[in-house]
Amino acid sequence: MNAVLNGPVYADVPVPIFKPGPAGTHITIRGLTKYFAGWPLYENFDLDIPKHKITSVFGPNGCGKSTLINMIAGLIPIDSGEILFDGKSLKDTKIGYVFQNYREAMFPWMRTIDNIAYPLKLEGKSKAEVDRRMAELVASFDVKFDLNRYPYELSGGQQQTASIMRALAPKPEVLFLDEPFSALDFEMTLFIREKLQEVFMQTGTTMLLVSHDLEEAVYLADEVLLLTKRPTKVAEILRYADARPRTVETLSEPSFIQTKKQSLEIFQREVRR
Amino acid sequence: MADSSPPAPSPAGTPWAAPPAIGAAPKKPSWDRALPFIGPMVLFVVWDLAVRLGFVKAILLPPPIDTIMALLNGLAGGPLLKDFAVTLWRTLQAFLIAGVVGVPLGVLLGSNVKAYRSVEFLIDFFRSTPSSALIPLFLMIFGVSDINKVAIAAFGALLIVVFNSAYGVINARKQRVMAAKVMGASRWQVFKDVLVWESLQPSFVGLRSAVSMALVIVIVAEMFIGSDSGLGNRIINSQQVMNVRAMYAAILAAGVMGYTLNVLFLLAERRIVHWSGR
Repeated sequence: MNAVLNGPVYADVPVPIFKPGPAGTHITIRGLTKYFAGWPLYENFDLDIPKHKITSVFGPNGCGKSTLINMIAGLIPIDSGEILFDGKSLKDTKIGYVFQNYREAMFPWMRTIDNIAYPLKLEGKSKAEVDRRMAELVASFDVKFDLNRYPYELSGGQQQTASIMRALAPKPEVLFLDEPFSALDFEMTLFIREKLQEVFMQTGTTMLLVSHDLEEAVYLADEVLLLTKRPTKVAEILRYADARPRTVETLSEPSFIQTKKQSLEIFQREVRR
Repeated sequence: MADSSPPAPSPAGTPWAAPPAIGAAPKKPSWDRALPFIGPMVLFVVWDLAVRLGFVKAILLPPPIDTIMALLNGLAGGPLLKDFAVTLWRTLQAFLIAGVVGVPLGVLLGSNVKAYRSVEFLIDFFRSTPSSALIPLFLMIFGVSDINKVAIAAFGALLIVVFNSAYGVINARKQRVMAAKVMGASRWQVFKDVLVWESLQPSFVGLRSAVSMALVIVIVAEMFIGSDSGLGNRIINSQQVMNVRAMYAAILAAGVMGYTLNVLFLLAERRIVHWSGR
């Protein structure tokens, strides 16, 4: 009599049990699915991104490196899945984003200094607080150009420096960098790369860097995230633990060469697959 | 704005490029400055020869010097000045109405693409309809009055402004909008800090075309809607009595007005939308 007579005729799809990442994880991605034009780009994709580390994202063309960080940063909607920052949603997380195309990321109607202060104004910070933070940023970036100019009056490298300052102004938990150097000349790339490393050593901000230059990806990284062709999976995550500050000498260290070689092998294996 | 020159390392060891020196460009040869005057000069010489050698009867085309003198005398306090002022005032009234209503309306429509799509056909249709074809309709509504001329010119100009401002918002750089969103800007903040600014440059293009359109319609309306003042009225009246000198002077005065308004707008645009094209 106690038996269930009319039980459900469908089988419940078991909800996957949330598996937290290892200790020191900052961003957990679970079951991320994203289709583009009917084709899966990401399907049931899981990933843990460590806190206070720089993770470089590297992979074959069209595997969706930028799409991945754009989905994490909330710029591209996801079809399903969950992305948490220390267990919080994006809404409760302060992030910074540096675009490849700085020309279309800065607001040309504002002076450079006002561009950098813009996220602070959005937060409703007082004039004094904004000024204090600006002074800090100017000091830590060792800015030698006039921030009262309009962005279009600055060189490409200066504009990109300003846009990194803008991204860092509200002291974000995570900084996203989408190929930040690819529109810059080599000299500027080296300079900003060093600045970025300095800032990272000062603040320990978690950074996610998309790069198409393997040397740069490994040079800045604590972890190199190598992706497969689409539908995209994690091919491998390589740890690279050389001490900072890394310098030109680092480039000839056996550990650097080893990591770079290994990354290249995995990359080539994935491209041929 | 590409990095045309490699940044020179400064003594401090940072590779900041020196700001590009303004005014250091090599000086153009002085005759380059004279180039814009060649066209008008040639026109005047050809005009003068055509009259002198009798290709065109002097009764249809007065010599250029006479025409210019009639224009200058007329604008220096003659009756031409009064008509000039009346036309200018009507044009500015029409333009102001079009601008004050059109820019906000366009920006609002542009920021709500669904709203814009639902009125797009109407805007495009009436934008493509010659406004002068609507003069009889406006005559029925407003009667033979000053308001009529301003109203129809404002209507024609308004559509141009709405169209350009709306498209300015619709075609705003997506990345700037994304940049604002990722910094945590709300919809309203994105609108007032990004979209409105992005639409400024196309709005100016719209306003500049609108002022030309307003002038065209005002002149046509002055010709054909029982009018007793304005350049259009003066042109048609002079033509009726074969006072060609006054007619050409009035035509040139209308040209001066259109050209000046256009130049003033270009200057204002360059000042206000200082980032345009950079």
